[in-house]
Formats: sequence, C-alpha cells, structure tokens
Amino acid sequence: MKSRTIKVDYLARVEGECALLVKMKGQQVTDVKLKVFEPPRFFEAFLRGRRFNEAPDITARICGICPVAYQMSACHAMEDAFGVKIPDPIRALRRLLYCGEWIESHALHVYLLHAPDFLGYEDAIRMAKDHPLEVQRGLRLKKAGNAIVNLLGGREIHPINVRVGGFYKIPKQAEFSALAEELKWARDAAIETVRWVATFPIPDFKRDYEFVALRHPDEYPFNEGRLVSSKGLDIPVREYEQHFVEEHVAHSNALQSVLKERDAYLVGPLARYSLNFDRLSPVAQEAARSAGLDSVCQNPFQSIIVRSVETVYACDEALRIIGDFKMPDKAWVDVEPRVSTGYGCTEAPRGIIYHRYRLDDRGVILDAKIVPPTSQNQKTIEGDLWQYVPANIEMQKDRLQWRCEAAVRNYDPCISCATHFLKLQIERE
Amino acid sequence: MAKRKPKLAVWKFSSCDGCQLSLLDCEDELLAVAEAVEIANFPEASRAVVKGPYDLSLVEGSITTAHDAERIHGIRRASKFLVTIGACATAGGIQALRNFKDVKEFTSIVYARPDYIETLKKSTPITDHVFVDFELRGCPINKYQLVEVLSAYLNGRKPNTPPHAVCIECKQRGTVCVMVAGGTPCMGPVTQAGCGALCPAYARGCYGCFGPKETPNTPALSEWWSGLGVSERDLVRAYRSFNAYAEPFRRESESHEK
Repeated sequence: MKSRTIKVDYLARVEGECALLVKMKGQQVTDVKLKVFEPPRFFEAFLRGRRFNEAPDITARICGICPVAYQMSACHAMEDAFGVKIPDPIRALRRLLYCGEWIESHALHVYLLHAPDFLGYEDAIRMAKDHPLEVQRGLRLKKAGNAIVNLLGGREIHPINVRVGGFYKIPKQAEFSALAEELKWARDAAIETVRWVATFPIPDFKRDYEFVALRHPDEYPFNEGRLVSSKGLDIPVREYEQHFVEEHVAHSNALQSVLKERDAYLVGPLARYSLNFDRLSPVAQEAARSAGLDSVCQNPFQSIIVRSVETVYACDEALRIIGDFKMPDKAWVDVEPRVSTGYGCTEAPRGIIYHRYRLDDRGVILDAKIVPPTSQNQKTIEGDLWQYVPANIEMQKDRLQWRCEAAVRNYDPCISCATHFLKLQIERE
Repeated sequence: MAKRKPKLAVWKFSSCDGCQLSLLDCEDELLAVAEAVEIANFPEASRAVVKGPYDLSLVEGSITTAHDAERIHGIRRASKFLVTIGACATAGGIQALRNFKDVKEFTSIVYARPDYIETLKKSTPITDHVFVDFELRGCPINKYQLVEVLSAYLNGRKPNTPPHAVCIECKQRGTVCVMVAGGTPCMGPVTQAGCGALCPAYARGCYGCFGPKETPNTPALSEWWSGLGVSERDLVRAYRSFNAYAEPFRRESESHEK
C-alpha cells in the first residue's frame, strides 16, 4: 500500500518554533505529531526565590505576543494569595488593557498570519499587493489596540505599568478620551473584518470539542470568573489542578494538558464564544449573526470569524470603559505578603493562562506553576489533523500540507509560550 | 537593469518572539520596509523562504542548545551583516538565569521527563559564538530603533543609537528623578538608553531591561540603593533579570552574593 509523509520542518506564521509530522498509509493516517522544538527556558524554575512583585515583569517575558495576559494572571494569583480586593476603577482599567491586547493580537493573527491561508498567499505582504485596503485596515486596527496598551502599559511589548495591586501610574482622563475617536473607527473596521472573513472559503469541518473558558456572571470573560466547560465542568480557578493534568510527550518540549476525567479540550476564541455568547455586547452578537454564526461554533476554521467578532467586542468594551472612566483614588492598592498559595487564571487572546504561586511570609516565591494556552490546545490540534487529513487524503501533497498548516494556525498557536510547542511533517510511506 | 532589492532575513533562537514582533508592530512602516527590502526569511510572518546569501540578518534569541550553537554559524556564513536584536541575543536573556544554577535541577523542576529535554548548561549571547556586526539592546527592543538599524544598513551607515544612560532620556523628557527626588530605587544610571526612559515616566524605577550602558558605575549605584534601604539579596535580584549575564551586571550581582 502506498505510504506518504507530510513534513513541515518549521511552521511559519506562528509565534515560536514548531514542526508538524503527518504519516499516512493508503487512506489511513498512522501518526500525527506536533513537535515543539522551541528550546525550554525554565521560567518556573527561576521564579523560585524571586519576590512576588517581580512575577508580572518576569512572566511577561514568556511571550512577546501576549505579555499582558501573563501579567494579569500573575497579578491575580498574587492578590488571591494575599487576600486583596481590587477597587472597581482599577479593575475596569485592567479590562481596558486586556481589550488592547486582544485587538492587537487578534488583528495580527486575522490579517497578517491567518487570512493569507484562506486567500492563497504565502504572507500578508504578498497579499497586500492584491488586497492593499484590507491589509492597511488590519494594520490600522492592530495599531488601535496597541495604542491602548501603549498608553496604559507604557509600551506594546512587555508593558511596564502593571503591578500587583494595580498600576504604577494612571494616565489622565483626557489621554484615554483621545483614544475614543480611533476606537470608534476600529469598531467599524472590526465589523468590516467580520464581513470580510465570512466570505472566505471555509472548509466544512466540525468536531465535538470540550470547550473550556472562564465564565463571569455579567461580563464576557477577561480576568475573572469560574472555569466552565461544554461538558459540565464548573469549578473555581483554585481547583484547576484537581481537574487538569500536564503530560510530557517525547516529541515535544511543551507539556500537553488534558482533563483528567475526559481527555483533550479546547481553549481560546471558539471556547470563549461558545460558552459566553450571551455575554457579548449586542453589536458583537449582531456581527456574529450577520456572518452566519450560531451561538456555538465547532468549526475551528471559523475561528478567524470568531476572532473578528471578539475584536468587535473588545473595541466596543474599550469604548464603554473609556466612556465610564473614573479616576481611581490611588493607582494601586497595597498588599501585605503572607504565607500562602495564590491562584490566577485569565483569558489570553489564545485562551486561558493559569498561574499558581506558593509564597513565604516575606512574599518570596517558593514554587510556581504556569500553564499557557497552547500547551492546553496541543492535543486538540493533533486531534483535528487525525480527522481532517483522512477526509482530504486525495488532495495534492503541496495543497494538503498547506491546509494542515492552516489547521494548526486555526489555534493562533504561540509556541514561545508553549515551551513550557511544534515541527509539520506529513509522511506518506 | 533594475537594482536588486537587499535581502532581509529574521532568525529566531531561544526567546519570547517579542523583538521580531516589533517589526510587525511597525504598523505605519511595515509595508514601506517590505517595499525597500526583499523579506527572504521571516517564518513568523511568511511561509516563503528565499535562499541565501542575505544582505542583512536580524537574530533574535540566545543560544541554549547544541543544535542552535551549530545553526548560528550557518546563518553567519550566509549573512553579509548580522545584527542581534534584543536582550536574549545580546546578553543571553532572562533564560540566562540558569547560568547561575544547575540546569539539571531546573529541568527536573519544570519537566516530568527531564530525559526528553536537550539543553546546554548556559544560555549565551550570539556574540559568544560568531562575529556580530551590531547589537541592538532592549527587552524588548524599541521598534523605532529597529527601523533606524534597518535604514542604516540599507544605506551603508552606522546606526544612531546613543550609548548613554537612561538618565539622559529622563532629562530630555523632563521627568523629575524618581531616585533623587522620590527615593525610588532606579537602575537608570547604569542602564543604556533607548526606551525613552519609560519607567520613570510612569513613576517607577528603571529595571534595566536595556542592559548595561557603556562604562557603568555599578558599585556606586549599589551604594545608593543600599542607602535607600535595599537589601543585598534584592540588589542581586535587581541585577539578575533580563540582562543578568551581561558582564557588568553579572559581576555586580556576584559581588553582593554571599
């Protein structure tokens, strides 16, 4: 029987270094491996002995794409440990900062990393030759998100203004208000984005995923909520490790996370959306419906639409927060270290990031655990390929390889994070 | 005959991807840059790979595996100019904290199966392995400095990136000194400029993410910090962050370690 291999040694348009190997024998897939060869960096090891207030700046360096997510999970974990409640005005500004990161990260992925797959371009720069207006719109949208992070965080990558308890300094109300005009443009551009990506040729593909995301009583989730799943999980964040376990597989420098009771699960836009559709603002819900989306989305290739819907939401929410702006009395609340363990989980653009720290009486970190979104999605990505490849086995090799790459990019995998992720080979023997 | 566009390559080693992302974060300049150069190898942005040699290679990340220690030589051979971008490539990065400890212990803390992990004992900057034409500092780099470096190399001149301390940028910006006036420990006096003195502008002390400036007087700064009540252990922590293995910071941290 004829055997074939698809092999991608260095998967492009993802953040970090990974490879993909798919082995086929006749009509059967015999192996799928997402290999992470991003070298390990040992964050959890060198966090030991560092002070609690260093965690937001250190863990930001796990990932240049979603540093805010790491900073937020670290802050919430420390505040949980020390029993600190964050006043509403600071809480609102944290949501605003997260809106900025979602807008810039989603716009980056939708326009620069993922859209070229659907339209058949090697990259967005080549795509810009035929679609200049769209690429320019994507860049401007990205910039609108970055403008929020820039103002409130100090800079786009590895912001400097986040601290346990709040911020170092709150910019003036007028500086926030100055963002509003561009954000109104961005919200319209995001709605245009939803319309644009909804016209893409989307493969007919569906799986019965277990979606996992945060759920909050009133809000679309960023920083807070219970961990819920589409198959009945409903737990507080501090019980995460009782239900999820990380496995270390030989072909990867990343740890793969599974649900103990069941198996692989999915985090990120598809999960957040499907578990929290009712929490989206009316304008975001309307954008989703007009693109033909149901309130649950099980086609990972439609993640590009969902990401665009979330961008609409993030622009809308940012405008709401800026409109309701209230200057906090003080930029941060003081914290008092104590012997404790703190848990934090927030929604990075790619899905939940879990942090747990054990601390001594002076606030020195005794041990740390960090679970990034991509390690949680890794097994699900492999699962998608197990199902996607046989259905498309007759496809010409180059085309099939590209489609497999696109299937991985559905997850906006961030491999720098996952090391703590991937090489594509498709092998037909 | 039309003039050939210079070929630009971007390479990644151990890092967070933030510095190469800085290029994609140049929303206003990206398409212009793509007009001026041929982006020949930039996996974070493109599937397309054009064979070398390359006119300019930007290298992000530090060397932490035997395979990478080999790979960098091939990149040097294929590159007319090689510029390192960021603290990892220039000083070993945050992952160089392993250099002060036993990497085996680190591996067993993070990974259930340490035997699956291949890693070197030390995380080292690119310049420890090959000749580097220019080092751009920062964790992350400043994107405008990156555009300056690209522009300089495309026009055959030296990049204009001042080597003075962050203090000068505070003065240029009109920020009142957080340390002298506010009593907040600040690494600005020994840290290279380039960020625009961000942290002091946000009412916090500089934490040294651009690494040591030219001829830094670290003992004098440590004395100042001690006067502000900073413990020896916290001094060690301060020098041991994103540029921990840069010589002046390494030496100073070791002098406060018992």
